[in-house]
Formats: sequence, C-alpha cells, structure tokens
Amino acid sequence: MGWFLKFLNSSIGKKFMMAVTGSFLIIFLVVHLIGNITLFFGASAFNAYVLTLDVIKPLIRVIELVLLTAFILHIFNGLKLWIENKRARGVTYKINGSPENSDVFSRTMFLTGSIVFIFLVLHLATFFWRFNVHDPEGLANTHQYFDIVTGFFQIWWYVILYIVAVLLLGFHLNHGFQSAFQTFGWNHKKYFPLVQKIGTLYAIIMALGFASMPIYFFFFYGGNQ
Amino acid sequence: MEAKKLNLTLNIWRQKSAGSVGSFAEYKVQVSPDASFLEMLDEINNTLEAKGEEAIHFESDCREGICGTCGLVINGQPHGPLPKIATCQLHMRNFKDGETIWVEPFRAKAFPVIKDLMVDRSGFDKILQAGGYVSVNTGGTPDGNMIPIPKDIASLAMDAAACIGCGACVAACKNASAMLFVSAKVSQYALLPQGQPERYIRVEKMVKVMDELGFGSCTNTYACEAECPKGISVTNIARMNRDFMMAKIKNKEVEV
Amino acid sequence: MTKLDSKIPAGNISEKWTNHKFNMKLVNPANKRKFDIIVVGTGLAGASAAASLGELGYNVKSFTFHDSARRAHSIAAQGGINASKNYQNDGDSTFRLFYDTVKGGDFRAREANVHRLAEVSTNIIDQCVAQGVPFARDYGGLLDNRSFGGAQVSRTFYARGQTGQQLLLGAVSALNRQVDKGSVKLYLRREMLDIVVIDGAAKGIVVRNLLTGEIEKYSAHAVVLATGGYSNVFFLSTNAMNCNATAIWRAHKRGAYFANPCFTQIHPTCLPLHGDAQSKLTLMSESLRNDGRVWVSKKKGDMRNPTDIPEDERDYYLERKYPSFGNLAPRDISSRAAKEVCDEGRGVKGGDAVYLDFSDAINRLGQKVIEERYGNLFEIYETITGENPYKSPMMIYPAPHYTMGGLWVDYNLMSNVPGLFVLGEANFSDHGANRLGASALMQGLADGYFVIPYTMGNYLAGDKPALVKTDHPEFDKVANEVKDLTDKLLSIKGKRTVDDIHKELGRIMWHKVGMARNEKGLKEAIEEIRRLKTEFWKNVTIPGSGDDVNQTLERAGRLIDYFELGELMAVDALERNESCGGHFRTEYQFEDGEAKRDDANYSYVSAWEFAGENKWNLHKEDLNFEYVKPAIRSYK
Repeated sequence: MGWFLKFLNSSIGKKFMMAVTGSFLIIFLVVHLIGNITLFFGASAFNAYVLTLDVIKPLIRVIELVLLTAFILHIFNGLKLWIENKRARGVTYKINGSPENSDVFSRTMFLTGSIVFIFLVLHLATFFWRFNVHDPEGLANTHQYFDIVTGFFQIWWYVILYIVAVLLLGFHLNHGFQSAFQTFGWNHKKYFPLVQKIGTLYAIIMALGFASMPIYFFFFYGGNQ
Repeated sequence: MEAKKLNLTLNIWRQKSAGSVGSFAEYKVQVSPDASFLEMLDEINNTLEAKGEEAIHFESDCREGICGTCGLVINGQPHGPLPKIATCQLHMRNFKDGETIWVEPFRAKAFPVIKDLMVDRSGFDKILQAGGYVSVNTGGTPDGNMIPIPKDIASLAMDAAACIGCGACVAACKNASAMLFVSAKVSQYALLPQGQPERYIRVEKMVKVMDELGFGSCTNTYACEAECPKGISVTNIARMNRDFMMAKIKNKEVEV
Repeated sequence: MTKLDSKIPAGNISEKWTNHKFNMKLVNPANKRKFDIIVVGTGLAGASAAASLGELGYNVKSFTFHDSARRAHSIAAQGGINASKNYQNDGDSTFRLFYDTVKGGDFRAREANVHRLAEVSTNIIDQCVAQGVPFARDYGGLLDNRSFGGAQVSRTFYARGQTGQQLLLGAVSALNRQVDKGSVKLYLRREMLDIVVIDGAAKGIVVRNLLTGEIEKYSAHAVVLATGGYSNVFFLSTNAMNCNATAIWRAHKRGAYFANPCFTQIHPTCLPLHGDAQSKLTLMSESLRNDGRVWVSKKKGDMRNPTDIPEDERDYYLERKYPSFGNLAPRDISSRAAKEVCDEGRGVKGGDAVYLDFSDAINRLGQKVIEERYGNLFEIYETITGENPYKSPMMIYPAPHYTMGGLWVDYNLMSNVPGLFVLGEANFSDHGANRLGASALMQGLADGYFVIPYTMGNYLAGDKPALVKTDHPEFDKVANEVKDLTDKLLSIKGKRTVDDIHKELGRIMWHKVGMARNEKGLKEAIEEIRRLKTEFWKNVTIPGSGDDVNQTLERAGRLIDYFELGELMAVDALERNESCGGHFRTEYQFEDGEAKRDDANYSYVSAWEFAGENKWNLHKEDLNFEYVKPAIRSYK
C-alpha cells in the first residue's frame, strides 16, 4: 500500500485525488438537484421524497459517509495544493498577466471552493442538522420538511447567500468538470471541446437549478399559505 | 528606412545577486519600432556601460526563438504580449508610443534569480537527466527505416519535441508547475516506438525529480500552453497523467 | 617546426577508414575509466562526443558556457542533415556524397576525411532515429527526404524546420543519460579561457566560472574542443550572440595551428539590417529560393514601393546572369551578386537589401500551396519585419553564417598539439573552401559519434599520455595569466563600450574581409584592425567586477580574440592569391565574374602557427585529389 500512498502524495497523485473526489461530488450534485426539484411540486411531494430517504436510512448513511470522506479529502487536498502551489511561486509578480493566458474559473478554484465550503457548513447546519440531529420542530413525527425549507427561503439574506454560493459553485464546477477529465488523461483533440461544453452546461444547470428554488420561493411562493 | 521612434518608460527588475534584495529601476528610452525588445535592452546597456554603470543582465543567445535561453516577463506575460514567440522575437512595433513597460524575471522557487533578469533553470536539466532519453549507446542501432512510424504519430511526437526548454510554462503558471515541459519530453518518447521500452519507468523517474525540485502542481489553467513560444499542447499533460497512473499500476518496482 | 602530418591511412579511399579502425590501438574496457577526457562545448559535436566517450567508459568532463547543454547554437540549424542512404532510389551512394562534398568545397578539402564523413553519414541517421529524433516521415511511415542546394539527389533528412534542434536534443539526451550514470560530469556556465600544454601535449584547461568569476583548473589525459565557428568576428552574423572563437583561439596561441581562416561562408537569404541597434542577423531557409525570384530595380536609388515598380523596370539579376541555375545559384554566387547590385546603389530603396518575390509563384500555384511550403518561414518574416510577404516581396541580404576554417587537425581529428582534438565547425577538416547545405550537422555528429570514440582510444592506448594534476606549476602559471588578463581588462576604464568597438571591427571585416576581398582592402583591414585593437586596450570600458556574473567582461574577453583572429583572416586571404569557395578575391575572377581557382599554386591547406603578436608562420599541407579531379565549377 505504501506505493499507493506515495502515488497520492506525488503532484499528479494529488491532482488525481482532487479529480476522483470531485467527480464523485459532481455525481452527488445531480442526485441532490433532482431530489430538490420535488420542492416545486408542493409540500406533499417534497415531504414524501425526504421520507423515502428516511426509509432507506442505512443505505443513505453509507453514502453519506462516502460523501463526507470525499468532501474532506477534496477540501483538505485542495488546501494543501493551494499552500504548496503558492510556495512554488515564491516571489510574486508585480504585474499579473494571467487574465491574458487563462480563464477566471480556473484561476479562482481555491476562492470559489472556499466560499462554497463556508456555505456548505451553513447549509448543513440549517437543513442536515435539523433533519437528522437537532429536531426542535418535531420533524420526526410531523415530517413537515417542506415548511422548514420554504421558511428559510423567506429570509432575504439567506436567499442572497444561497444564490451567490450556488453561482460560485457553478464557476467551480465549470472548471472542475473538464479539469477532472484532463487529470485522468482524457484529453483528446477531437472530444475535449465537447467535454468542456458539457462541463459548462452542467455547471449552468447546477447553478441555475439550485438557485431557482430560493428565487421561486422568495418571490413567487409568498409565505406560508 | 527608419521609422519614427517610440518613447517608452521601462521599469526593469535589478538585483545584484541571488541573495540580495531587488527592486525596479526606471529607464526612459527612445527606440526604433523595428528593433527587437532585446536589442532595446542592448541599447540601454550600451548607454549604461558608456557611463561606467553595470549592464542590465539578461540571457539570450540565438535570438531566433529556438535556443530557449531568453525569457523575460513583460507586463506580466512571459515572452511578452504576443503568442507563440520567444522574447527575442518580440519587436517594439507591438508597443505604443508613451507606454510604460514592466520587465521582470521568471518567478518560481525552482528558478532562483541569479542577477537582474537572469534565472537558474538548471532544474529542467535535472528532470531530463532522470530519464529524458532513450537508453541506446552509439553504434549498433538498426536501420532508420526498420520500424515504420505513422506520419501523424511522428508529427505529434515532433509537436511535443519542439519544446525549447525556456521555462515560460513555469513562469506563466500560477503554481509554477513544470508539467508542460516534463510532459512534452515524456510524450515525445511515449508516442514513438523507440521510447516504448522505458515508457513507464521514464515517466515515474521524471515526475519524481520534478516534484523534488519544488515545482508546483498542475491545476489545469492552461496558461502554460497559452504562453508557450512553441504552442506545446496541454494534451501532453493529459498523456503524462495517464502514463504516470499506468506506471504506478503496472511497474513492478515499488520504489522509484 | 612541427611537420604537418595528416596521417591519412594508406589504401583505396573506400577502405581507408575500415582499415584504420582495425589498425588503431584499443583501450581495454576495464582501463577506460582510468582515463579522463575533457570535452569543451555541448553542440552536436561536443555533446555526441562526450556522450559516446562516456558510454565507452571514459571519465568525461563536459564544459559549456551556457546554462544548459541544450543551448548550443547547433540548435538553430534549420534545413536538415545529409546522409547517403539512397532511400529515394535516385542514385545516391557514399561515393556520390563524397564527390558532391569535395566538389562543393571547391577542391580545398582533404579527400580521405570527406570520404569517411560520407561513409558514416548513414549511421548517424540510424543513431538519431534510435534516440527518438522525430524525423519527418512519409505516409507509409518511412523516413522522408528533401533535396538541397548543390546536390542532384534527395538525401536530406529533416525534422520540420528544426532539424538542428532535434538532433541536438537527441545528442544532449544521450549526454544527459551519461550524466545520470555518472560517467560524464557536466560543468555548466564555465567559459574555457585557456588550455594547458605541458611537454608539448594538451593536459587540461583553465575556465572561468561565469557565476562566481572564479578561475578553475581541470586536467585530463586529452582535451577535445568542439566550440563551433567564428562568424561573430563580423559582429553581425547568423551565429548566436554568445558564439565565440575564444577556446580555439587561445589553443591556437598555445601552439595549435589555425587552418584556412579566410574560408567563411556568407548565406544569401538572411533578413536585412533594420538599423544600428541590430544585434544579429536572422537566416531564412535557403529553400525559399525554390519559388522566390530575386530582383532589384534597374534604376539606382529607386525609392518606389516594390509593387509600384513595373515588370520591365526590374532586374532579375540571378536569372539574367545564370540562366540555367537562376535563383538557385550556389550560396557564394548569389551572395556576391546581391552585394554587387546593392553596391551599385540598386538595392531596395538604395539600401542593402534585394527583393525575394513570391508573387509569380503565388499566381501560378495559389497562395495555399505557398503557405504549405513556406508558411512558418513567412510567419517568422512577418514577426520580425512586420510586413506580409504574401502581399509585398520579402527583403533579403547576405550574412556571415558558417566558417569552414578552424584549427588544423589530422585524419584522427587531433591538432598538431598531441592530446588536443578538435571537432565540428571548430576544426577545418571536411568542407574545404565552401560547405554544402545540410552538411554541417552531418559533420558535427560524424566527428562526435563515429570518429572520436575510435581515434581517442588510439591516442590513449598508443601515446600513453600521463595525467598531470592541476597543482602542477604550469596550471598555476596559465591560471594566473588568465586572471591577469581579466584584471587588465577591468582596469582600462575608458570611454568606448565593448559592443561599440566590436561593431566597428565587424564593419571592417564585412567590407574588407567579407565576401569579396582584394589586396588593397585586406592590407587596409590589417592596419585598421591593429589600430582598433590598440584603441580597445586604451579606451574600452568594462563596468562591474570579475567576481560575479559580468556579461560585459565575457564579451570583452571574446572581442580581444576577434582582433587577432580578424587579422589572421586578412593575412590568410591576402596570402591566398586565388578565388575559391567562400574566399573571393576580386583580382582573381573570370570575365563573367566567376571565381578563378589556382590549383597549380594553391591546392593546399594553409595552417598558421602563432609566432607572437601580429606574427604567424605558414605551414602548408598539400592536397592530393586522386578520386575527384579538380574541375572548374560552373553554374551557368
């Protein structure tokens, strides 16, 4: 196993780790978004969806554990890379010419990732924590998850934060998606432009998809009718 | 034949030696638009020397964009604002009258400054010495036409082999990563039949030394490709990633 | 006086090398590591020699003033490398390559050396392919060839327009492999400033560490110089900024003979000067002349734009003077013709440039075909000049490019100083008075890969040279002389800069010892060079110190050798009362302006012995042509 850890600790290995965990998170987001769409179909649909997850809880817990590992590795490794890479430059340039040679998404992965991380903590605190651990509303009995979610979506600052975070998540994904392919070595002159387009499309769908919910509930749902 | 001269303000990095603290010095110059950037520096040096002052040290040799000796960061871009040229091929007609230009050395922990704009890029050679070759001795090689090589493969290998080892990829990368340089050499041999016997051991050895030298890792910004004077493609990096992973899986030796 | 013994083996020309290889003494494999060899220079010849000697098991110390072995100027060679593979089935053979090279050299090369070069040419290609050099290939996957000036067969192997780069990177990869193995130790940023000769044999070198300014001494059983040519004596040439003659010149001053210094090649298709700030000249591949037509205006000082000059007012002078070869006339002929029309005042807008026009070819073949053939060259042209050669004709002018002369060596590539070997452009051996296109790369690699590994063993096993340690008084003496020279240079503190004086030297050389020379001009040149040299030693300014990086000091050190070498070039040109190859004396020409060679009186190699300041003794090595009979070159 020593060789494998060594591989993971090499420059390419670290990138490999980012790509593997990132890919897992990319898939997770799709599932998450699909699930959340049930919000648009009203309280019963959404509550039923959450309840379904509750029924297969053991399985979900396993997935959550993998997810947690992926998140931790992705975040920890990303932080490590960022520090090492800063150090590799040493003295910085007086004039930064990078806008001329690379796109903003690729250069801001640490920044967008960090903001998304902060949001993630808040997000888990608001929903995951309430749904699973701390249950003042007695959700375990009422199963009124829908009301909790839409309740938060009435708080203007929460909505703004949510939208900003998912937009930055989109930026992060726009680079991350194609970057994973490149890291795995799947860069073919013929197909890679398509991969990049799919990545951008994916990022847009994720960002708009997640953003659509707070927007809808804040502007058009109009409180707790 | 001489066109109207340009008035320029240059801020050039001056640093006495590796250990000393550097700073920018300002120079006002008048230069012909037909002169190259380095010829302008030659002129400044000529003026400095005539006054008994030390010349601005920078490296250059062939001045045709092939030897890879020159390399300055001009207004934040390695080899200046034009794509696919080395610093020596940059001509002053690409600048506007009255412009202010900032000239810095390549910056990377693995490329320490020696003096003024000169940097030490010997790390590149250390990587190549670790495995950037095909192990054949002189003599006893088979006829050149013994192994046919498809034209497109030979052409791809040539694309990768065109690297001039200037280090602009490292200078441009926000992580000071040497992946483009290393992958170009790895790819050249990975593509050709002659490179196959050592294909997987080579990539392991070269990446190992690259990591030891303190270059950053690749975060796929592709700034290297954009600034490369020879337009070396980042598909080479993908190929190296692939070969490196394969090497880790396939190679029987645990330690490399 | 040392007798000039070229040591050409006996026997039929096609068997000389084979027999010689058998007759040479060998060093036992176990003993090879006991021998130290210094190789100076890491170009094609130096890198291939150091790598091959390292592979054999010798202890090799390889030196370069560059920051990396890969920077050597061999890297800039564009066109290709000749080899008599006859892959094209067009009648090529070792003998034909030999014949073409001797003829192309205007019968001033040594037959035996040239034949050996032709023999090993095919091995070079095999070697490079095995190293992973990505030569151009045809659709079937086999190696592609193109034809080059001066040959009627297609024998030139190439890797796009970067053949020199690819071959050098191949040789340097072999060198790097030996560095990794520990058989070669690479000394970077070291400039050789002198050679140490003890009891008549070369025993080591003295170098300046360009980073620290330290003067370092290195000893070895034998010293190999592969330090390239001296075109930079002209200041403006196609050579790289740092190419210099210092290594061979300092060796010359320690006793090595300098052969045929006046044989210099001027390349016809270079980009013209843009002004005083010009630092070097850029070569455009000669292949452009396949489709471009060379012309100037019929009027003197015609200031019109080229596209405004009507057809009947243009003088396509190459086509007019040389109807059968036209725009493809050999390098020396085209170069001289360009200088003539410019001296008449008919150059581009009265200046020093002629047009190379592609409009006919574009009309005939279409822009697409021209783009395919020359696209990257046109791009280079546009990058440098800012003009689009598809729309208005290119401007070109000749420039110094290659020097056939160099240190005298025998058949074993050893100079008259035992233990001092000279390879590649630094020696004089294979190209006679003129080098054919795509032959420089061939010679560099032939010397390094396939000649020196044999002849070095023969010297070491035969002469049994002893190793002298660097604490020997002679090493200290030489090192002190080098230090004194550096101190002297730094102490002058005059008014004129090194480049300023070098530019003046360049102008003298170009106008009077350039592509057309005459007795009066040469004598003037000698006087002017001496005057300039005196001025240099009184009035040059070299700021900075000798204790760290000082590029001005480096250039000054090289310039002091150019004064002396420039003078010797003029002396040699003056002595050679004939025109041949790259040496054209205006007094010796036929009525139509063709070079008039004098085989009866000048069929020899001029090997000059340094005999104190401004003094040289001439030694002659007679050339015998048994297999290729001298004939008048005619390209009409």
